[in-house]
Amino acid sequence: MTELPNSTERKMGLVIDLDTCVGCHACVISCKGWNTENYGAPLSDQNPYGGDPSGTFLNRVHSYEVQPADGHAQLIHFPKSCLHCEDAPCVTVCPTGASYKRAEDGIVLVNEDHCIGCGLCAWSCPYGARELDLAEGVMKKCTLCVDRIYNENLPEVDRIPSCVRTCPAGARHFGDLGDPDSDVSKLVAERGGMDLMPELGTKPVNKYLPPRPKDQIEEQIDILAPLLAPVAEEPQGFMGWLDKALDKLPGGAN
Amino acid sequence: MHPAPSVIIFTTLSGLGFGLLFFLGLGQPAVTGTVAFVFYAIAFGLACGGLLASTFHLGHPERAWRALTQWKTSWLSREGVCAVGALIVMGFYALGAVFMDSQWTLLGWIGAALSLATVFTTSMIYTQLKTIPRWNMELTPAMFLSFSLAGGALLAGAESVAPWLLAIAGAVQLAYWTKGDKALENSGTSLGTATGLGDRGAVRAFEPPHTGSNYLLREFVHVVGRKHAQKLRMIAFILGFALPLMLILTPVQGIVIKHVFAALAVLSHLAGVATSRWLFFAQAEHVVGLYYGKR
Repeated sequence: MTELPNSTERKMGLVIDLDTCVGCHACVISCKGWNTENYGAPLSDQNPYGGDPSGTFLNRVHSYEVQPADGHAQLIHFPKSCLHCEDAPCVTVCPTGASYKRAEDGIVLVNEDHCIGCGLCAWSCPYGARELDLAEGVMKKCTLCVDRIYNENLPEVDRIPSCVRTCPAGARHFGDLGDPDSDVSKLVAERGGMDLMPELGTKPVNKYLPPRPKDQIEEQIDILAPLLAPVAEEPQGFMGWLDKALDKLPGGAN
Repeated sequence: MHPAPSVIIFTTLSGLGFGLLFFLGLGQPAVTGTVAFVFYAIAFGLACGGLLASTFHLGHPERAWRALTQWKTSWLSREGVCAVGALIVMGFYALGAVFMDSQWTLLGWIGAALSLATVFTTSMIYTQLKTIPRWNMELTPAMFLSFSLAGGALLAGAESVAPWLLAIAGAVQLAYWTKGDKALENSGTSLGTATGLGDRGAVRAFEPPHTGSNYLLREFVHVVGRKHAQKLRMIAFILGFALPLMLILTPVQGIVIKHVFAALAVLSHLAGVATSRWLFFAQAEHVVGLYYGKR
């Protein structure tokens, strides 16, 4: 049923460190690889080697420039996938019951045998986490690698989502965000983890760790500089004459 | 939003069809026999044709019956239930009117209520989406319902109420456009809240995740044709409301010319509503576009 559980036993999710992410897109590729070969319909590509390639991805990395009021602009790489919201609008809008949130671990999944591919869940998701696969005609989304995290056929070190296992920078963390003593919860508390679009009331489980403040280059870094003769701020001599002469030409000074 | 023809055809035709069924259910006009057959054929043709069109955009139309199961939470499911209910009840009512020369009043009222409920639930599919501020307004159901009632009154030849309903629908349309133009700005959602980085400075989309397009951009970021929005609004308003109002208020002699005027009013209204519906989708900005620096 598409009714959301009142509460979930655990809140499994990701914590993504925007300070550490280097924007290499390795998580995108490993996600595509794992989820094409395993759970559910493969993630298809359309015209992959042609002039207008596109395909289904469950994880995409954006890059943003942040320009503070003063100081240097900063570039922030921004991986985005399903946030496994507590109040997931994509689940309740589903007319068939294909979309559901699991009571035991809070993972939001799609039963692909019941999905009619109407796309309404993708319309209701503010994060663009759901994509309709054009080859299969069903909705695809991040499963939190539900076929890895409980998979006893895999070595224990691999029982985490593919994107987390792959990340070479250690920018992605996986765990139970419902347990305040878990490593991920401590990380969120320590670093001020944030929600995306909190005003929409989706209560995302996944958290983003904001970039740490950058070092500031102070204006005076050379302790001997004040003792030296100041550099002329007004042009002197020939340059001074040229400056004045050019100001007098039509067009004036600016 | 991508203005998919299937959804525009669906909402335009079925809105008109269920509007006519509403008036027929109330006994306006109280027709029987062959005349009733023509009325019901038009109403069911529009309502069912619209519903059929809506299945064209599904990835798996053969599973569409499953959409009737989740009425507890899903407006799309509620719409399906109401539509099937309205068509069955009005189907029986039509049998009585066409073949048995009788008006089963209570059944007609239930059918009328279900027809209106179908239009309302359709509108709520769009209204519920917080991701599209232009749709997430009380004026959205007001628009769908007033259009459906105005169109239904025109088709049913309800001369006393049709001018009023057309005027109300036109006013709701203008209010919807005025309020909708400020909806995204007033929603408070921006690239700053989308990334959580807004309190650090001005956020700009620097590089998209990929060089090509994707499902999200095709479905949610539609900018083609928005530059003609104002002209299309004029066309929609004139064809949808002003011209039909003039046509039905023009005093004419003779039954034939009167029917010609009424038919022209209906066709003009249909074209106007279809244009308005195209704008409803094409102008709607989904907040996911913000992540791509688009709207």
